[in-house]
Amino acid sequence: MPRLSVYFVRASLIHALLGFTVGGLLLANKGVMFSPTLWSLLPLHIEFAFIGWMAQFAMGVAFWILPRFSRGSPRGNEKLVWAAFALLNTGILLVVIQSLFGVNGFALSGRIMELLGLAAFAAGNWRRIKPLEDKPRS
Amino acid sequence: MPTLTRWFLKAALLYLLFALVAGVLLVSSVSKFITGFFPAYFHMLTFGWLTQLIFGVAFWMFPKYSIAKSRGHEWLGWATFILLNTGLLLRIIFEPLNAIAPSLMNSWALIASAILQWLSGFSFVLNTWVRIKER
Repeated sequence: MPRLSVYFVRASLIHALLGFTVGGLLLANKGVMFSPTLWSLLPLHIEFAFIGWMAQFAMGVAFWILPRFSRGSPRGNEKLVWAAFALLNTGILLVVIQSLFGVNGFALSGRIMELLGLAAFAAGNWRRIKPLEDKPRS
Repeated sequence: MPTLTRWFLKAALLYLLFALVAGVLLVSSVSKFITGFFPAYFHMLTFGWLTQLIFGVAFWMFPKYSIAKSRGHEWLGWATFILLNTGLLLRIIFEPLNAIAPSLMNSWALIASAILQWLSGFSFVLNTWVRIKER
């Protein structure tokens, strides 16, 4: 597994734990209400679960297993994918900050960063979505 | 494909099937009898189907932990499977029931469901983390 996939997958597991924790609290709160304001954490649960966990996990595994190039950098433009990792996680952090502390503008900036992150990931891996190359005959 | 992965994937497919059936019911004339079922429907798709599929494939395909324990602590994988499915089933049964007729039993079943599902995620992360390594 390449280093960047290690980063993506580990970050996704951290987000999964955060998402499961918030989700667990929300469900338990439905059983026995211990905080009437807890429901306001629903956007965090969705952000952690869908973007931080599922999307990020898929990106990490895709970067690892998509077909590689036989010439040049085997996994294409890795700088773009590193940028995707940084943009995605910074974006999630900004959305979380606005959800928790109500800082205006952070969620919008965060969502734009997530979008740019996905675009960078797609640009970095687009050409890797291809048939496997034939191995050169010796 | 290891036995545990087969269980994960078959359970995931069953949840997808149940979720799609529930999706039909939720927009049909019987929807008024299943109020409060939407969150359970949604989690059948996201947790029962997608997350469980990821858990199963990751257990199968991720780098080996060691020569002796190629898939890490296998009992943790089984614990993940049992916790996830028990927790989710409790939710599917008791969340709609609690919406219709709140009771102490329904309430505590939801708390148990939350704890079991959280533990399933934690045990998956615990067993998978050590297998994420650079080569």
